[in-house]
Amino acid sequence: MILPLRDAVREHVHDGDVVALEGFTHLIPHAAGHEVIRQGRRDLTLIRMTPDIVYDQLIGMGCARKLVFSWGGNPGVGSLHRFRDAVEHGWPVPLELEEHSHAGMAAAYAAGAANLPFGVLRGYRGGDLPAHTRVATVTCPFTGEELAAVPAHRPDVGIVHAQQADRAGNVQLWGITGVQKETVLASTRSIVTVEEIVDELEPRPGSVVLPYWVVDAVCLAPHGAHPSYAHGYYDRDNDFYVAWEEISRDRDAFQAWMQKHVLATADSEEYLASLGARALA
Amino acid sequence: MSRNGFTADEMMAVEAARRLRDGAVCFVGIGLPSLATNLARHTHAPNCVLIYESGTIGAKPVELPLSIGDGELAETADAVVSVPEVFAYWLQGRRIDVSFLGAAQIDRHGNLNSTVIGDYAVPKVRLPGGGGAPEIALGVDDVFVMLRHSPRAFVERLDFTTSLGDNVRVVITDLGILEPRDGELTLVAVHPGVAVEEPVAATGWALRVAADVGQTEPPTAQELTALRALRTKGQD
Repeated sequence: MILPLRDAVREHVHDGDVVALEGFTHLIPHAAGHEVIRQGRRDLTLIRMTPDIVYDQLIGMGCARKLVFSWGGNPGVGSLHRFRDAVEHGWPVPLELEEHSHAGMAAAYAAGAANLPFGVLRGYRGGDLPAHTRVATVTCPFTGEELAAVPAHRPDVGIVHAQQADRAGNVQLWGITGVQKETVLASTRSIVTVEEIVDELEPRPGSVVLPYWVVDAVCLAPHGAHPSYAHGYYDRDNDFYVAWEEISRDRDAFQAWMQKHVLATADSEEYLASLGARALA
Repeated sequence: MSRNGFTADEMMAVEAARRLRDGAVCFVGIGLPSLATNLARHTHAPNCVLIYESGTIGAKPVELPLSIGDGELAETADAVVSVPEVFAYWLQGRRIDVSFLGAAQIDRHGNLNSTVIGDYAVPKVRLPGGGGAPEIALGVDDVFVMLRHSPRAFVERLDFTTSLGDNVRVVITDLGILEPRDGELTLVAVHPGVAVEEPVAATGWALRVAADVGQTEPPTAQELTALRALRTKGQD
């Protein structure tokens, strides 16, 4: 169903939900994350392999109670300061962590998509991580090999960004497609924001197509991945990732920035306008 | 620029590149590893295969990426696969020969910490975390570590063990080269202009020095030309 992002978030994202906004560097659903912040959701359990700026914003605005993740940083720049402040000082609210490896997170999503209770992999061997996370050992019934088992990810809501949808709500994304297909299929409900709604989807090499009947809400959000990128539409705003280091370092500067660019804007169009023309290059 | 006519980063990248054989399949991260593998591709190892964990297999970037998921990687790749596939079919499938890892801390056995400084539950510094490292460290034959030398990084005891050092073959620092000998990282070479005492002083444990400790070959003019021609996207 094609509907405004505001309505999709109101209908599908509730306080206390387990929510996964996925995107592996490419097609990160920033516009949807901003709408979750505008609507003031609380006590969310957020899942993401690579929480970066939009998760720093959700955490810094107090939307999250728990984070399930495998790498939390500002890619190519450094730390996520709001994430660190929440973990190190409990500001603005304490953040519980469930930490995995990338391979474990990927297996957990794939298991969720396949309606299995756990993912299995040769992983989590040695080291201190197993003592601090949810992982167990299973024995292969055929060879006796011991393997790692991770509980499947089954988010209440999966949110991804894609290049295109058609008018029936079929979705197509291409380029680096990350773990988005698994996220949508593992989730009870799903929201997909798109750059463009077209009359007919033109097949693209290596694309992921999500049929309309596995997606609950398709929402038009041009430039909705900014400062991430959308292959074929616009490039990554690398300067923004660098600028986020300063914006996010200080609590007051962060809150002022969020007030001006997210809370005081009605939607992604106004958000982009508030940043000036550079973001639209 | 150092007095040698090249920087410490350039020395690290060149030394890492030299260790890649032509045709090696490499799991690549951003920064120095990306620089090193692409340098190898442009010099002695044109058939080096670069796999970035975003799922780009056989990427041949013209401009070096700033992130592991830049569009440039997808556009120049032989194949783009999903993230579950890259870890399950390609890494766990034992199709990757070499990987580079970095960290905040390393110990004498090549174990790495990229998770926390201080206690896990109440960390002094919460680091980004292991990402792919735990499975990469055991899932490839040869792990190359690139890390700047300092007593804060080269520690007697890790605050947290993120990945195991079993397959670490070399640690390339800004001061020299460490390799495992008899189960412990040992200084086997220093870079041009570096005294043996410098890496020893910059290591938080009593660093073993090989009896035959040597000096790395400085970058050749050809290596430096190729290295400096690799421009990072967005930089002039």
